[in-house]
Parts: sequence; structure tokens; C-alpha cells
Amino acid sequence: MSMATVTMARDRGTVQVADVRRARRRQNLTGWLFISPIVVGVVAFQFFPILVSIGASLTDWNGISAPKFVGLKNFVDLFGDDPLFLQTFKNTVYFTLASIPLTIGIGLVLALLCARPIRGVAFFRTAYFAPYVTNVVAIGFVWFWFFQPDNGVINGLLDQLGIPGPQWLSSSSWAMPAVIMVSVWQGIGYPMIILLAGLQGLPTEYFESAKLDGAGAWRQLRYITLPLLTPHFLFLLITQFITSFQVFGLIYVMTKGGPGHATSVYIFNIYQNAFSYGKVGYASAMAWILFAVIAAVTYLQWKLQKRWVFYT
Amino acid sequence: MRLVSKTSQYVVMSLFAIVFLAPLVWMISASLRPEAKVLSVPPKFLPSDAQWDNYRQVFELIPVFLWNSVKLAGLNVIGILIVASMAGYAFARLKFAGRDAAFMVLLATSIIPGIAYLIPQYIVFRQIGWVDTQYPLWVPKVLTPVFATFLMRQSFLTVPQELEDAGKIDGASTFGIYWRIMLPQTKPALAAIGVFTFLESWNDLFGPLIYINSENLQTLPVALAQFQGEYFTQISLLMCGATVSVVPVIAVFLFAQRYFIQGITMTGMKG
Repeated sequence: MSMATVTMARDRGTVQVADVRRARRRQNLTGWLFISPIVVGVVAFQFFPILVSIGASLTDWNGISAPKFVGLKNFVDLFGDDPLFLQTFKNTVYFTLASIPLTIGIGLVLALLCARPIRGVAFFRTAYFAPYVTNVVAIGFVWFWFFQPDNGVINGLLDQLGIPGPQWLSSSSWAMPAVIMVSVWQGIGYPMIILLAGLQGLPTEYFESAKLDGAGAWRQLRYITLPLLTPHFLFLLITQFITSFQVFGLIYVMTKGGPGHATSVYIFNIYQNAFSYGKVGYASAMAWILFAVIAAVTYLQWKLQKRWVFYT
Repeated sequence: MRLVSKTSQYVVMSLFAIVFLAPLVWMISASLRPEAKVLSVPPKFLPSDAQWDNYRQVFELIPVFLWNSVKLAGLNVIGILIVASMAGYAFARLKFAGRDAAFMVLLATSIIPGIAYLIPQYIVFRQIGWVDTQYPLWVPKVLTPVFATFLMRQSFLTVPQELEDAGKIDGASTFGIYWRIMLPQTKPALAAIGVFTFLESWNDLFGPLIYINSENLQTLPVALAQFQGEYFTQISLLMCGATVSVVPVIAVFLFAQRYFIQGITMTGMKG
């Protein structure tokens, strides 16, 4: 091999390395260009506000004048010196614990009904799901009038049956059950669809062999269907907890937290503190407590799944 | 599974259907009644003499609210489809430094409850003069579609590699491959995201409630809540407004039900 060819080969090598490098840089640039809108958006509209919010939770701040650093005082006040905080927390737990079993339970019944291929099943499925897509203002108002004590639809129907109806939204003990009923009515479509998809994906072999063994419909449901659906139940428990714990719209439209504070829930309390009273620091502290609660409960549900979730 | 006979199944299903549809039927029938007969004892679910004039009155008030709702839903749907499909394509099919880390960080943001960043967002938007404009109702949403990006990534992952290779051989640019070859393959995911985004934008209460004060900028559902005492003093007129705010959504849902349900189950269990 002559000197000249060696140099040429080496040159070609350097050129190739440079080419590869340039191509890689181009690739990187193209990739980041494609994701740049969402990266800019998440940094500007989520990361930055999250940092501000963490900082704000340690201050006394009205959002206009300069924030005053107060350390953990907001958190101490919330737990030690704010009966409304504790009450809204309890109300939210009440709302969540009542609405989750009802939505998942009735959702399961509806899914089982819709899983059987009979004529007109599409109509029924659509009917059950329709409330889920309607806006809370419209349906909140409809139910507000339904619950009128004297001439509302609910008490009118109860009256036909000879039952004297309660004062509903103006009664401190009946307002919450009324709101829960509406929320369940509206929200049931979601668990129904998830469970229906689960039911339709079940392997048929299990049922065939169970039938051969002489297992009836109830035993099949209890020992095959429900265990196979447990991953779906776990998913629903996690997601329904997160949404129920942050309920706001229905409460805002139907009761504004009343009567008294009987239906005032966590997010409604944050909303009032931040946007009505201008207590931005205090409201931010509440938002981070909410995050801690949701994170802890979600983590717990995830850890506990070993005890009851059945994976094939 | 045969827990019950077919007849009893129909009976049970019909009873449930009545419970789920009655409030919506009542809303429509109340919107067509003379005000004095809206709340009758015993309750009525079907209108006797329809007062179409109620709708004429309401349509003197609501075109501007309706337009705001349509406009915001349109901006959100188009914006989110573009931003999420570009990002989803890059995360699924392009190789670049920091890709997987960036994706994980994006997903991680979704565990923070929205209220935690909505409060500072409000303060920032007030400082830059965006309060009482419609920008806060679409700009931040269009630029942060984390969930839609996740769905689009899943969808792009299933497109066969040969299609992309064919595009490369024909000399198409990366953007050309994304736009002309890959994007049309993800129509079901695009449709699902489109329907979700439409519903979310149309039904949003919190955003319009905190940002919009001027009535000519308000969306239809929130206008009903805010100007209830001012314009919609009669229940029948309020129910007309409510009906108009629900009908487009039901229509979209009926039309795109398949994609909507696919989207829910896709996000639900395969995530």
C-alpha cells in the first residue's frame, strides 16, 4: 500500500466520523423540534407554576403585593386552627367513600347487563353513558329543580307514593346525599365502559370448562368473572379516588357548599381561598396537602393490590 | 352468562334507562313549557303545548356564548391534535438524545393535581394582562397535552416500519414522513383525542369561571351559571339554554361514540 492511499483512507475515515456526527446532531435537532411545543408548554405552564406554588405555600401572599415568608405556618394553621379545613376534608372523604362504591357497583351491574348481545343493547349503553358527556351546569340546574322541596320532581314522585320527602339541598343532612346521587348518576358511564371492555376481553375457555363442571351463572360470576376483573377494579379505584376527591363543578352549581358548609368540599374551599379571599399562599398549602393525600392513597392502593388483584 | 331471562333483563335495562334519561327528557320538556307550568305537582315529563317562543327568546341572548364555546373547542381540538401528534411521533419513531428522559418527565407532571399550578398560572396571567381574555382557555391547554401525547405515541408505535422506510427511500423529509405517511395511519387515535378534547373544552367550568368577566367572552355552559339571575331568570329559559348547551355534545358523542369508547378503554387498561 502506498503512502497516498493510506492518507486517503484516513481522510475518508475522518470525513465519515464527521458525517455521522453531523447526522446525529441533525437527528437530535429534529427530535427536539418536534417535541418543542409541548416541552415549552410544560415548562412554562406547569413546571414554573409548580415551583411558584411550592414557594407560595410557605408564604403569606395575596398574589398582588410582595409575598411574606412564614415557613410552615400555613400548614400548622390548617391542621391546628382551621375548623373549615377539617370540615371540608371530612365532607370530601364522605363524598368519596359514598360515590366510589356506588359508581363502581352500579357500573358493574350495567356492564353485566350490556355485555349480553341482545337486540337494542347499543341504545341502552348509550342511554346509560349520556349523562357522562353533559356539562355540570346544565345537569346541575336540572337536578337543582328536581330537588326543590315543595314542587320539585323528586318530592312530587315520593308524594305519589305517600312518602313525605326531605328538604334535600336546604337540609344540612340531606344536601350531601343529594349531590352524591347526582354525581353517581352522571359519572357511572365511565366505570361501566371500562368494565364492559373488561368483560368482553375475558377468555371464554374458563366459562366453558366451568359449565362442563356444572357451575351455575352465579358461581361463574363469583368465581370466574369477578376475580378476572380485579385489575379493572384496581384501575377504577385509583382513578375514581383521584376524580372524586377533586369534585368541584356539581357542588359549585347545586349548593355553593351550603347549606352552611354542609357540602363544602376540598377543591371548593381552595377555590374560595384563592379566588374569592385572595389567600394565595394559604390555598397553595392546601393544594400540596391534596397532592400528598392523593399520592399516599394511590401508593397504598398500588401496594395493597397483591392482596386481592388477580393476574392471569 | 344467563343470570336472568331475556324479558326480565329488558325490564331491568329499561328501568335503568328511564332513570338515566328522565332528567334529560325533563330538561327538554321544561324548556318548552310556559313558565307557570314548569314545576307541576305531580311532575310531568312530556310537554303538552310546546312554547317554541321560549327558544326564540333564548336565541336573542345566546349566539355569542355559543360562538365562544364553538371557537374555543375548535382551537383546543386543532391545537392539541397538532402538538400531541408531533410530540407523539417523535417519542415513538425518532431517535434523539434525551428522548426517553424527556418522556418520563412529561408523564410525571400528570400526577400533580391541576389546582396546584392553576393558582400561580392565574397570577402570572393576571400580570401579563391575560385575565378577561380567552387566551388562558386554550394556549396553556394546547401546549400541555401530556395525556394526548401519550396516546399518540402508543398509536405511532403500532404503525409498520416498512411504511416509514418506503417514505425514506422516496426521499421524503422527516416532517413529510410524519405528516403524509404516518399521521393518516393514526386516525382512530386522532378521532378519540379530538372527541375527548372537544368535550373537555365545551364542558370546562373552572377555567371560564375564574378567567372571564366580560359577558361577550363567556362560554355557553358557564354563562348559564354566571348570568342566571340576570338573563335566565325564568326556569323555562334556563332549561332552553341548558338544552342548547347539551345537544351539540350529545350529537358529537352519538356520531363518534366508537372512537370515544375506544379512547377510554385504550387509556384505561393498556396504559
